Amino acid sequence: MHIYLYIITAAALVVSVIASRKKTLAAFKIAATRFFKVLPVFLVMLILFAVSITFLPNEVIGKLLGRNSGPFGVAIASVVGSITLMPGFIAFPLCGALLGKGVPYMVLSAFTTTLMNVGILTYPLERRYLGRGVTLVRNGVCLAVALIVAVVTGLVFGEIRL
Amino acid sequence: MKPRRKLIVNLALIAGFAVFAGVSLMADFKPGRQIGATFTSTLWEMMKLLPCAFVLIALFDVWVKREMVIRHFGHGSGIRGYLWAILLAGTTIGGLYVAFPLAYSLHKKGAKLGVTFAYIGFSGICRIPMTLFEASFMGAKFTAVRLAVSIPLITIAAVLMGRYLTKRGYDITE
Repeated sequence: MHIYLYIITAAALVVSVIASRKKTLAAFKIAATRFFKVLPVFLVMLILFAVSITFLPNEVIGKLLGRNSGPFGVAIASVVGSITLMPGFIAFPLCGALLGKGVPYMVLSAFTTTLMNVGILTYPLERRYLGRGVTLVRNGVCLAVALIVAVVTGLVFGEIRL
Repeated sequence: MKPRRKLIVNLALIAGFAVFAGVSLMADFKPGRQIGATFTSTLWEMMKLLPCAFVLIALFDVWVKREMVIRHFGHGSGIRGYLWAILLAGTTIGGLYVAFPLAYSLHKKGAKLGVTFAYIGFSGICRIPMTLFEASFMGAKFTAVRLAVSIPLITIAAVLMGRYLTKRGYDITE
């Protein structure tokens, strides 16, 4: 799977270099600056991940979020996703690591979709712009969408059998 | 916390962890060694992906100018308005908290309520830099399923909410 990412990145780079060397160089600078800015936060996330994975036995993770957790795992993931605020560059690597620990795609999809679209902590801000009623409806709709996405993901990846 | 203090705290944590892992390795402290092993193997996996994701996102930032998208926004009526909403959301950086003020100003500039709601929804689900990150770590199939399911649903919800609220004389405030 990684090989596609390398091919796409290489192709994008080649096209970019042909179009403008200056812009490509600027892009490299942006990428490097951001990478080193993010690195400390990223390493701390990995440390927390390594520590909690070591002390939480595999059975506990399996029971809470694993393949046999069913609707329960999706429910936990959606609640956590709705409450937490986490930038994508932390959330997706974390999900990738959890995937390696046997957490199903379905559960991770419930987490990431609610994380991106349902905001309990951003509620006060949202209410200022949209008003209370619309804010509640919007978040409700997005939660429903996240659950539908999770179910379809489960079906596509063969995690739910009909 | 100030960014600088946050950085110092994070660096201290990392240094502490490095010492802990080193001592565990030398003293053959089992749980410590296990944590260290999990850390390095996960880090190795991530480092295979992370640089590519950052380079792709930076290339996107350099080549796609948001002003161009905003200029076209609101001109398109009907389905075109929604397509521009997807494009604009794709170039939005940051989360919902950036989307609300922008949605407000778009609406003030004449974007329909339905298109404005669609923009808010899309800025959660299809920001391109974030999607690149997602596909790198979760696989393109995962991302494709998520987009294929959520874009139509968000659009339908936005159209319905837009119609209903326009009738009720609803307005986005600041």
